[in-house]
Amino acid sequence: MANSMLACLSQDQPFPLPKVLTHWSSAPATLITQGAEGRLYKTTHLLPSRPCALKYRPPKPYRHPILDARLTKARLASEAKVLERCRREGVPVPAVYAIDAAAGWMMIEWIEGIPVRVGINTWLGERVDTEENEEGEQPAERGDNDNAAAPLVDLMKRIGATIGALHKTGIVHGDLTTSNMMLKPASPVEEIQPNGHPETENKAKALQGDVILIDFGLATQSQSDEDRAVDLYVLERAFASTHPRAEKLFDAVLQAYKETFTKASSVLVRLEDVRMRGRKRSMLG
Amino acid sequence: MGINIAKKGRRIALGCEGSANKLGIGVILHEGDPTSPNATSTVLSNVRDTFVSPPGTGFLPKDTARHHRSFFVRVAKQALSDAGVTVADIDCICYTKGPGMGAPLASVAVAARTLALLWGKELVGVNHCVGHIEMGRAITGADHPVVLYVSGGNTQVIAYAEQRYRIFGETLDIAVGNCLDRFARALEISNDPAPGYNIEQLAKTGGRVLLDLPYAVKGMDCSFSGILTRAEELAAQMKTGAKGPDGEPFTGGDLCFSLQETVFAMLVEITERAMAHVGSNQVLVVGGVGCNERLQEMMGLMAADRGGSVYATDERFCIDNGIMIAHAGLLAYETGFRTPIEDSTCTQRFRTDEVLVKWRK
Repeated sequence: MANSMLACLSQDQPFPLPKVLTHWSSAPATLITQGAEGRLYKTTHLLPSRPCALKYRPPKPYRHPILDARLTKARLASEAKVLERCRREGVPVPAVYAIDAAAGWMMIEWIEGIPVRVGINTWLGERVDTEENEEGEQPAERGDNDNAAAPLVDLMKRIGATIGALHKTGIVHGDLTTSNMMLKPASPVEEIQPNGHPETENKAKALQGDVILIDFGLATQSQSDEDRAVDLYVLERAFASTHPRAEKLFDAVLQAYKETFTKASSVLVRLEDVRMRGRKRSMLG
Repeated sequence: MGINIAKKGRRIALGCEGSANKLGIGVILHEGDPTSPNATSTVLSNVRDTFVSPPGTGFLPKDTARHHRSFFVRVAKQALSDAGVTVADIDCICYTKGPGMGAPLASVAVAARTLALLWGKELVGVNHCVGHIEMGRAITGADHPVVLYVSGGNTQVIAYAEQRYRIFGETLDIAVGNCLDRFARALEISNDPAPGYNIEQLAKTGGRVLLDLPYAVKGMDCSFSGILTRAEELAAQMKTGAKGPDGEPFTGGDLCFSLQETVFAMLVEITERAMAHVGSNQVLVVGGVGCNERLQEMMGLMAADRGGSVYATDERFCIDNGIMIAHAGLLAYETGFRTPIEDSTCTQRFRTDEVLVKWRK
């Protein structure tokens, strides 16, 4: 019986499941994303009502098994350590529920909501549609309109404050993008919307919620201005390429960062240097 | 000259390469409309002469430049006679503008300029890295690959976007080939035919143990200098009879094996990250280190896991050669690119993404 259930389960999966997800007590797992590093599944922890994300780093066939085991274990353990530290200091990140670093997996809190990237694009997209119908203006010009952009500026400030809080704990994220931040609805009640104006509701809601930082796979402990500035620079570049129309609002992130984090001014000075230098040095021979 | 070169059915270029210790001269033939996918490239000749330094030493710019100067005429004559073409058949002279070692680059640039003036041909300065990439693409037919360019001087992960070969990741310090070459010196392995080749052969005798070396990947970038330092330390310990993790003395083979496993895993990892980033499942490996069969095998395992494949070439095209300079130079020439004689300089620093790739959409 259990065997046939297992067979059924694995048939639907594009990849073989990590062993922990094949135990009979686990709820069926859904593959959410497949990155270069690993896979993210949605499953449950302890109770069927408690959803969780399972981050799995499968063995890399190209890597020597000893090296592979060493890297997987060290990286998962370090990621869990960073998350724990953030929780302790009150930085909004998913909680760690369980970890088996040697087996390559970690169960963390399931964050409801949407990535910030999706929220911003939804909001920008809908706004352009409606306004173009009315006036046919250029979208870039409207970015200058403080009132129109207010909800976005507010979100940028929340992002800046969250990064400030992260850096205050002595951690740099290493891969800040708007895909690695979630917008978690403030309370589950809000999710149930009465019928009325679903589109308007969507638009208004797109930028609401708490900013939660996720994916600490490249995070390190560092207190240097350089590392912090590079963290901001990476986000700035990612922001410019993902949301070119909202690029000019990025200053709001830095403003809020400055207000949250007392050592921000020297980081921002360093950011100027990093920008001038670009990410890439001039190549030698 | 004077006619629209792209309209000419047969176009021939002579390419001169000498950015490191290889002097290479090759002749390439392009046929058909360059803007059509049916245009063909044929290698007419590909001659190379390598300056090999004694075991335990590297090649110095001064000696390498002298080698290139002394062999240029011989190699050029050989390339012409192998190709079976006369001076009149040649449309342009291509040479490596950079990046590379200053003195060897300068001697070949002067020689190429001399040929251009002597024969009344136009000059085309070529970026060495773009030469490698274009040749790899021409030989393998890879369609939209992520390119890993690994050699003694360069380590870059590259993908094409909007008329530039964009660098997604690269080494933060020394090139992977430099790390291998210098480690070969520590073990006093022969530099003939190449230190990397001899490390690869020696590694096949090792592998009983995997020695612990640093693993330095940062996002899509990586670093090799710390690994080299540790490997050199281990080489010194080996000579005093130090024991490995299994309590037995380890060998030079074990060291070569461990070094290869570690640095190649890093290269495959950053390549995989770039592939995930740009959404490609093809990988093209170019540059001297690209002929290493273990690296090709590891890259193949990774690509297969992503439902793709690896494209690599053999030593004729992986290792620096003149034909790749001729090929990339002729591609640029067909779009109207020229290097006037007064601008026919060379430079040690010349980034891959500085080149406007006009011949691709």
